[in-house]
Amino acid sequence: MTVTHPSDPYNEVAPASLPAVTAPSRRTGEEDASVVSARPGRRWNWLLGLIVPVGLAVGWEIAVAAGLGDGRLLPPPSKIIATLSALAATGELLSHIVATLCRVALGFVFGVLAGTFLGALTGYSTLARALLDPTLQALRAIPSIAWVPVFILWFGIFETSKVILIAVGVFFPIYLALSGAILGVDRKLVEVARIFRFSGPEMVWRVLLPATLPAYVIALRAGLGLGWMFVVAAEFMGASEGLGFLLVDGQMTGRPQTVLASIAVFAVLGKLTDWLLAQGSLRFLRWQDGFNPTA
Amino acid sequence: MLTLSNLSKRYSNGHLALSGIDLSVGPGEILGVVGGSGCGKSTLLRLISGLETPSDGRIEIGGSPVSGPRDEVGFVFQEPRLMPWLSIDDNVAFGIRHLAREERDVRVREALVRVGLAGFAGHWPRELSGGMAQRAALARALVGRPQILLLDEPFSALDALTRNDLQEHLLDLWAYDRPTMVLVTHDIEEALALSDRIVVMQPAPGRVQVTVTPPLSRPRDRASLEFQEWKRHLLAELHHSFVRPARQGDERFPAAAI
Ligand SMILES: Nc1ncnc2c1ncn2[C@@H]1O[C@H](COP(=O)(O)OP(=O)(O)O)[C@@H](O)[C@H]1O
Ligand SMILES: [Mg+2]
Repeated sequence: MTVTHPSDPYNEVAPASLPAVTAPSRRTGEEDASVVSARPGRRWNWLLGLIVPVGLAVGWEIAVAAGLGDGRLLPPPSKIIATLSALAATGELLSHIVATLCRVALGFVFGVLAGTFLGALTGYSTLARALLDPTLQALRAIPSIAWVPVFILWFGIFETSKVILIAVGVFFPIYLALSGAILGVDRKLVEVARIFRFSGPEMVWRVLLPATLPAYVIALRAGLGLGWMFVVAAEFMGASEGLGFLLVDGQMTGRPQTVLASIAVFAVLGKLTDWLLAQGSLRFLRWQDGFNPTA
Repeated sequence: MLTLSNLSKRYSNGHLALSGIDLSVGPGEILGVVGGSGCGKSTLLRLISGLETPSDGRIEIGGSPVSGPRDEVGFVFQEPRLMPWLSIDDNVAFGIRHLAREERDVRVREALVRVGLAGFAGHWPRELSGGMAQRAALARALVGRPQILLLDEPFSALDALTRNDLQEHLLDLWAYDRPTMVLVTHDIEEALALSDRIVVMQPAPGRVQVTVTPPLSRPRDRASLEFQEWKRHLLAELHHSFVRPARQGDERFPAAAI
């Protein structure tokens, strides 16, 4: 029918639609090109984050060199780097780092184990929750630094009290996040496990923990952050090595460059361990839609 | 196979969801349960599955009383309820975790082939469409070879085309091991297409209004006159169930309100 009527609008549109058909493919080509060009841009994005700190460091370096700033109380980067390499050359830096890392690692492990166990228990069992949660919440209300004198009295001035203090700091975010997240697990998934007659431990291990893993990883990272915070407090309370000791030592002996050097090492180690934790958890969270733990 | 006697369920909030249910389902029988929303269909299945405990009455499977979930009972929910952190094959293996690894792998592969998901073993649940996810849920329920399969409106969240497809597919799956099936649905056509016998329930409190055995031959032809006639008949019955309590003067409603 349309063919017999030359004035039919469809006939007039038909030839015009030809370029329209090719248009999408051209557009796809453009998109491909933009994706390709965007990729290196994204890869170097992290460099953007370096502009401000590096700029400040260079600015300060120049200001001190030009005599515009006091390099004694706030030493320029070159002096901090020199301090670090001097410490590294004697092997001192490494032993301080190792001492601090060991304390954080031990405290973190104990804090995580206790937080995970008690968090899972109180999240899973109503009885355990009624029994333990009020006490733990009350303990949480105590500023953790207030434990320092108590721990020194109980466990002495050496490693035990330090590790325990760090573990206490790590414990609470993990306990809180896990028990809360377990209470929030979808009851419908729990029912599936009940249909298949999962035992209590099976339920925790195969349903509740995986379901709460995203919240758990965030809690681990928060706990690790607190671990780094508390290792400084622990090393302030008397230590003969460790980055916190270096910090206090620098202050006592009036060497700000040593103080800043150890702060810089704290920053690098804190960021590095957090990144490792995030990367390590990535493969367990691939099932999640749009989760980006490194963000 | 499955016997319910004088079964009642009152929830802890005092709501009487089911009252005096007597029902018996034979081995390999497909029992359809239809009724409007809120008339206790899900409660009935949850009681049979052992997810809920009855307030009164008895449930027996193969002569032994039900006191909790059992290995020989499978359940397909209205939603797929796949574990989002497990791949499709691990989801299907979820309920046969006690089997040896080789046996488990063989069964999972077989179940995935049967439900038509052979190529999706390694996918995440979020990568599946609603119909595919429900197929995976069917595979998970069937892989343990239950003697009784309970289905709670398993296809009601799917589009009409997928729903029809899965209804026919369910019959194919049933044919392998011929489990006893209790299929809850609010879709009369679904009940008629699949069931040997249909229980119509009425609400407040949930109870059996009527049980019918449509003399339709298999495979069922939904376009046939007989089928359509039965559909009309059941629809009228269902409609009746919602009108009758009021018509007979339910204490809760003053006659003037009708
Ligand atoms: N856990 C519960 N607690 C209290 N009342 C419930 C509960 N589950 C269901 N009910 C009530 O029981 C009645 C039957 O519910 P249900 O079995 O889900 O009906 P159906 O599946 O037929 O829609 C409804 O009135 C509902 O509100
Ligand atoms: Mg229901």
